[in-house]
Amino acid sequence: MASVALSEAEKVYIVHGVQTRGVRSLRLGTFKEDLRVDGRGCEDYRCVDVETDVVSNTSGSARVKLGHTDILVGVKAEMGTPKLEKPNEGYLEFFVDCSANATPEFEGRGGDDLGTEIANTLYRIFNNKSSVDLKSLCISPREHCWILYVDVLLLECGGNLFDAISIAVKAALFNTRIPRVRVLEDEEGSKDIELSDDPYDCIRLSVENVPCIVTLCKIGYRHVVDATLQEEACSLASLLVSVTSKGVVTCMRKVGKGSLDPESIFEMMETGKRVGKVLHTSLQNILHKEESLGTKRQKVGFLG
Amino acid sequence: MAMEMRLPVARKPLSESLGRESKKHLVVPGDTITTDTGFMRGHGTYMGEEKLIASVAGSVERVNKLICVKALKTRYNGEVGDIVVGRITEVQQKRWKVETNSRLDSVLLLSSMNLPGGELAEVQAVFSDGAVSLHTRSLKYGKLGQGVLVQVSPSLVKRQKTHFHDLPCGASVILGNNGFIWIYPTPEHKEEDAGGFIANLEPVSLADREVISRLRNCIVSLVTQRMMLYDTSILYCYEASLPHPIKDILKPEIMEEIVLETRQRLLEQEG
Repeated sequence: MASVALSEAEKVYIVHGVQTRGVRSLRLGTFKEDLRVDGRGCEDYRCVDVETDVVSNTSGSARVKLGHTDILVGVKAEMGTPKLEKPNEGYLEFFVDCSANATPEFEGRGGDDLGTEIANTLYRIFNNKSSVDLKSLCISPREHCWILYVDVLLLECGGNLFDAISIAVKAALFNTRIPRVRVLEDEEGSKDIELSDDPYDCIRLSVENVPCIVTLCKIGYRHVVDATLQEEACSLASLLVSVTSKGVVTCMRKVGKGSLDPESIFEMMETGKRVGKVLHTSLQNILHKEESLGTKRQKVGFLG
Repeated sequence: MAMEMRLPVARKPLSESLGRESKKHLVVPGDTITTDTGFMRGHGTYMGEEKLIASVAGSVERVNKLICVKALKTRYNGEVGDIVVGRITEVQQKRWKVETNSRLDSVLLLSSMNLPGGELAEVQAVFSDGAVSLHTRSLKYGKLGQGVLVQVSPSLVKRQKTHFHDLPCGASVILGNNGFIWIYPTPEHKEEDAGGFIANLEPVSLADREVISRLRNCIVSLVTQRMMLYDTSILYCYEASLPHPIKDILKPEIMEEIVLETRQRLLEQEG
């Protein structure tokens, strides 16, 4: 993972900040809040910019900017044969490219390790019946189905990659438009696939149950959400929790050299579920708002 | 917990919001600046085919007969006498390699250090390939303790007489010429002998932390709006940001509001 070198004193400062329990009074009352380097509390996210439909020759795309982390996801729908063990379903294929644009460490084959790690995590979190309705991707059993190739491109690395990638994947799947096809059978029994003439006649995926990843980094004896690169350098262990909008955990993974106490894993999971639900609500709101703007939306893209 | 998602908004050109009448003359490498040969050429230009051509992307500055191009975003080019903040990346036999946001790593020779752990140094010489040699002149310079480092473009740090500022709000700031800005809590008593090479690892109080976080966010917002960084601008920005909670300063609309107020106060102060 791209990381930044910090001196001992800087790490100590960050760790103490996360553990400080300060009392702040708002108009409504007093509550304890922790102070990270940029003033956020332990459960606050940085400002997220989400934009869909940025790449024109894909079936769906999304770009997410979370602080200095910049992710671009493109989804392409192609026709293929279903897998042997699941003849009535289509499937998703993930590929993650860590571009050298993000950090010079990713030049050449440097980014491959991180890319495969992220891709494997994505496969795991989507590896259940309810995340995406794969039966709707089937065209004719055992013969044709839709395969969704989800390509993730890491443009800039500013900490908290997994969260940003999962938000971008969900937004891109929401934006995906798969052309509607009909299977015609003629007298001899050979099947023909007919594409509808109307370019706007397409099926959309339901992303209600698509999970999002919440990364909780353990710093000192507390944990933080949405860590920056500096905070990640101070944390020895993190927990990746994949949560759906209803708060159901689909997958959990521990990363890092350090160890985690079972008590703290339980606490982190509860925080992950709580934060995940809010994340999903905000994301759904912003995606619906973007769609409701329709053609009036000012496309920013990459030159804005 | 706070979670905010928004749709991206295209950035407005700064001159619109400033209401400036004269637009800056912006050039990219290869652009002709002028065909008049009567000018002396300064940094960022070269003479080719009887014309003065720009070699960096930036704005053209003209002082009487001298034309130079000030680059908007550049790596740090060392000048003798500059104060820099760097990070030690490598330790070799007789010298240390320091990362200072320049094209090459700078060197800190052990022979030119007063203390065993020097990290805040002054530029002593510039080698022909652009590498910079640093030295720590007095006990004022040295290893930095607890604090926050903000990395900005070197072109945004104004050259001033002194780069160490003890701000009245309770924290101190070192504006390195290389764009590395170090914010740290003001030490209560100046220690003459230690010189700071024993890092103080005691927890910093919450009040100081709030000041430091607020300053960090102010500096980040000034940089996003491309304003020059010096003690007065940072201080005005800090004061303008006081009514807002610290984490809100990084929201785009509040950032613009604060920086606009800072700009106005600076203009009032000048004229």
